[in-house]
Amino acid sequence: MATYSTNEFKNGLKFLMDGQPCSIVETTSVSPGKGQAFNRVRYRNLMTGRVLEKTFKSGEKVEAADVVDTDLQYLYADGDFWHFMDPSTFDQYQAMEAAVADVTKWLIEQDMCTVTLFNGQPIAVTPPKQITLEITDTDPGLKGDTAGTGGKPATLSTGAVVQVPLFVQIGEKVIVNTEKGEYISRAK
Amino acid sequence: MIKRTVLKQRSQLLQQLRAFFYARSVIEVDTPMLSVAGVPDPHLHALNTRVQVAGKQKPERYYLHTSPEYPMKRLLCQGSGDIFYLGKVFRQDAISSRHQVEFVMLEWYRLGFSMFDLMAEVTHLLQQVLSTKRGGELSVEQLSYQQVFAKYAGIHHVFSASAAQYRACLAQYNIPEIVGVDPEDKALWEQLVLTEVIEPQLGVEGEKIAITFVYHYPASQAALAKISPENPEVAERFEVFVNGLELANGYHELADVSDYRARFETSLQERKQLGYASIPLDDHLLFTLEQQPLPDCSGVALGVDRLFALQQGFDNIDQGISFGLGES
Repeated sequence: MATYSTNEFKNGLKFLMDGQPCSIVETTSVSPGKGQAFNRVRYRNLMTGRVLEKTFKSGEKVEAADVVDTDLQYLYADGDFWHFMDPSTFDQYQAMEAAVADVTKWLIEQDMCTVTLFNGQPIAVTPPKQITLEITDTDPGLKGDTAGTGGKPATLSTGAVVQVPLFVQIGEKVIVNTEKGEYISRAK
Repeated sequence: MIKRTVLKQRSQLLQQLRAFFYARSVIEVDTPMLSVAGVPDPHLHALNTRVQVAGKQKPERYYLHTSPEYPMKRLLCQGSGDIFYLGKVFRQDAISSRHQVEFVMLEWYRLGFSMFDLMAEVTHLLQQVLSTKRGGELSVEQLSYQQVFAKYAGIHHVFSASAAQYRACLAQYNIPEIVGVDPEDKALWEQLVLTEVIEPQLGVEGEKIAITFVYHYPASQAALAKISPENPEVAERFEVFVNGLELANGYHELADVSDYRARFETSLQERKQLGYASIPLDDHLLFTLEQQPLPDCSGVALGVDRLFALQQGFDNIDQGISFGLGES
């Protein structure tokens, strides 16, 4: 198993802590000039998303984590797993609910997503930043209000709910930002 | 990119530091940066290079100085009188917001000064540099190593505290978990309480920056400072902190060659235990000390890049230097 010593620490380095894949957010070396040097490290646990801190004695080693980001096509969900495929090799990957829980409402079949693989298993999925979805339900809104001064909730075909302007109606397609969960515009 | 206004401020600081010493009849010396010998202290890592010397078949290894201490002490032995050095030194440590591999050091020696006399002079210098730009006179605090542990970490008997007490202190102050330290390594846990719990609180008074001196370090950390004649457990060594940043380190200097040999030998042993490369001892220094012991004096080394960052309110010393190692 590959290891990294503290002097190889840098932002973005992927390593294992208690068996879980982590990524360094910030590392600061502390050399008191009269004592042992240490590295103060802030890192993100890639399974839970939590940012943690630890201080490593200089020369300590951590195990490298086999973590890669790869672009995969979302195929379908079968109730237990969410299935993705590498369109060039046709390799398929099954993601468990924990890996997709935050983003299922933005997954559209055939869309390309960035999937983080840990030991070949999907642990996180990032959908495209902007996607187009059809409105399946929303209040008809007031007739004649085209200025969009207010807003109203609208349910999209994936089940996601976003605030949309009053003039947008059922059956129309809208573009949404998946990071913020916000309506951007009507789709042509 | 560094602005002309910053370059100008830095230039004024260097001028101000020199003027401070000229006014006190302390003369500037520019000692060699290259030496066949190095400092055996295991926590100082010298860079080295090879120099082709006439009459030798192969280039010889020379070390870049980590401070001008040894040649300055030779000058003092030879009767130089009060001297200062203001220039670059080199230390192989990881670059951070407070460290660069090459940095500017101000080091000076004062004949007949006690440790407390020199602490008073350091205070004058820091007030001169920092007070106008940082809202008036800074408050000054002087605490012994023992007092600083009591005041800022609640450890009242630092010389008899246990590793477990230090570990409990780190937990109490919510210091993130420390990896790779033997639970019973008392010296290292003590160091961690100092760097993680105490130092960030030093040189800070409410919202303002202040000056905190810590003196009478344990005899085991004496480096080249004299052991206190009143208390053999402590050394006549001090450090200065401003805004949690260690700024200077000073000693009432060892005088006798046999003491130097003994301290160097201990350092070489520590190097061996830690698995670090050995380093040739400075025979020139030892020879000079044998001929003529060091006159009674105190000396201090101060990090000028840190001082400039504090004066200007920078978070990172690289905001005040022309080009860091990544750009050089």
